[in-house]
Amino acid sequence: MADEFLHIENLVKSFNGNTVVKSVNLAFNKGEFVTLLGPSGCGKTTILRMVAGFERPTSGTILVEGKDISPLPPNQRKIGMVFQAYALFPNMNVEDNVGFGLKIGRVPRDEARARVEEMLKLIGLSGYGKRFPFEMSGGQQQRVALARALAPKPKMLLLDEPLSALDAKIRVSLREEIRAIQRELGITTMFVTHDQEEALSISDRIVVLNAGHVEQFGTPFEIYNRPTTRFAATFVGTLNTLAAKVIDPATKSVSIDGQIAIIPSLSSAARSGDAISLTLRPEAISLANGHARDIVLDGTVSEVAFLGAVIRLKVNLGENALHLDTFNDQHSPPPRYDEKVKITFGGSDILVLGD
Amino acid sequence: MKRSKLWAWIILILGALYFLLPLVATLLFSLSIRRGTYSLDAYTNVVQAPAFQQTFTFSLVVGVATIVVGLLIVVPAAYFVRLRAPQLRPIIEFVTLLPLIIPPIILVFGYIRMYNSSSLLPLTNTALGTNILLTLAYVALALPYMYRAVDTGLRTIDVQTLTEAANILGANTLTILVRVIFPNIIVAVLSGAFLTLAIVIGEFTIASLLNRPAFGVYMQNVGANRAFEPAALAVISFVITWIAMGMIQLLARFAPKTAPRTD
Ligand SMILES: Nc1ncnc2c1ncn2[C@@H]1O[C@H](COP(=O)(O)OP(=O)(O)OP(=O)(O)O)[C@@H](O)[C@H]1O
Ligand SMILES: [Mg+2]
Repeated sequence: MADEFLHIENLVKSFNGNTVVKSVNLAFNKGEFVTLLGPSGCGKTTILRMVAGFERPTSGTILVEGKDISPLPPNQRKIGMVFQAYALFPNMNVEDNVGFGLKIGRVPRDEARARVEEMLKLIGLSGYGKRFPFEMSGGQQQRVALARALAPKPKMLLLDEPLSALDAKIRVSLREEIRAIQRELGITTMFVTHDQEEALSISDRIVVLNAGHVEQFGTPFEIYNRPTTRFAATFVGTLNTLAAKVIDPATKSVSIDGQIAIIPSLSSAARSGDAISLTLRPEAISLANGHARDIVLDGTVSEVAFLGAVIRLKVNLGENALHLDTFNDQHSPPPRYDEKVKITFGGSDILVLGD
Repeated sequence: MKRSKLWAWIILILGALYFLLPLVATLLFSLSIRRGTYSLDAYTNVVQAPAFQQTFTFSLVVGVATIVVGLLIVVPAAYFVRLRAPQLRPIIEFVTLLPLIIPPIILVFGYIRMYNSSSLLPLTNTALGTNILLTLAYVALALPYMYRAVDTGLRTIDVQTLTEAANILGANTLTILVRVIFPNIIVAVLSGAFLTLAIVIGEFTIASLLNRPAFGVYMQNVGANRAFEPAALAVISFVITWIAMGMIQLLARFAPKTAPRTD
């Protein structure tokens, strides 16, 4: 790729013989916002820390703009980093915190002062320069931490769950702010989170990690709509699984709780009598109120959750329970508990997953 | 409820008397050099004696030197143990406790054997050498207090994250220690420093056996030869210790607020 910025090749990290990062390969483009997403302990922080230089890879290479950065200590990598715990220097006020990297880099005083001012303006905290960290809210502190990381004009920005110590509302507004600032500066960014909604909402691309290896690397749209592995599909968003039995592979017919359905995407390798599972997103299924799609099945409502704009229903089909989302319609109330309903979905909505 | 409160008061008063009575007695005694009236003559005698001024200054200088040398050793050591080798902490803690277990007299005889005039490093040959030896001995003596004070200070900050934050911004280890770690543990460090000062100013055994003109040795001499002046000296050294302790309290109030906020 022409504009490749960061290239990670066969990256492996073991702690005392316990391999926590297993041969990871990734390539980021310049200016891209990439999120590492995965459950706790999957190795997100470890990868980030190897890029920062705080951990030494067991094997593999990390190239920045084509150059191997492994011989460089963290203080020579020109990387900005934001920590989950803010990590502002408690003995310094906001100005000195933001200006720390400039002072270390021997930037002339006037220039440094102007840069600090510019940074404070960027994060919307002009006039807070003389405050100390303990005099600020968590959200403000994290913004200062962002300004501090960006002030020396790093080549790349690393953020390790920068929002997880904040409450829900600030989390959403600050993530939008981070994304806007990142866009404005065009800085290549690696963002770590275990919150799938956060990842989907702000990333150019997402790396889905599981137990130290990459499950999928793609845009939020791809990850959500075309997950390539079962893990990626279940970890990102809600996934319904329907147990089915193949009746005849030639006609692609299967039986779901005794009801017959035709699955166009049924693998030609399937044989009659095979037990298979079909996976579907909640929003791919709808109530068949007169408009049926490829597949229509009978079920019983077992749960109705009114979420506002969306109503999430749980429908039982024998042993199977399906979640489905319908939009709120003020002219027709949702089905009630224990009501018999028909559900419908398109054959192409069924996700075909490798394991 | 009321009964237990009464008991609490009784115990408090008994405790206070136990500590205060000897002090009050010493104070009154130090004021009664003239028959029949209270006067500050004993204090004037003490303070005006050239030997007092010389020995006090000497001990003060040695005390400050001890603090500086001690901090140069203890702060980096405690920092690296916390950052890189936390599994060594119990061992280091044990080592820093040794000076409390080994009597100073053994320490000083060891020193004299190691550094006497016929040794490889004959520190005791010169006054300066002996002063250096004395300072080093005091550093060892102050180690338990100094290490604990610094370690307590380090416990109040997130050493690893602050180090990494400074490091990725371009700072090297020395800069991190001087600009980030030290300013954040200064209060704890100073409380260790005042404690060290209090110990050094009153120390007798080592100074005496190394034959140094220290304040502790002077106090002992005066105590052996005079009646009222030693009481005055005792009160003075108590006041000095109290001032040192008061400074620690005062500093704690100006400590940078390091408590993390998560709101
Ligand atoms: N210094 C270390 N020594 C030993 N094991 C470690 C070390 N650092 C991380 N690990 C292990 O490596 C694995 C991955 O840790 P890592 O911190 O990268 O996970 P993570 O994906 O960031 O998780 P979380 O979402 O909880 O932060 C974990 O099992 C962890 O116990
Ligand atoms: Mg982590």
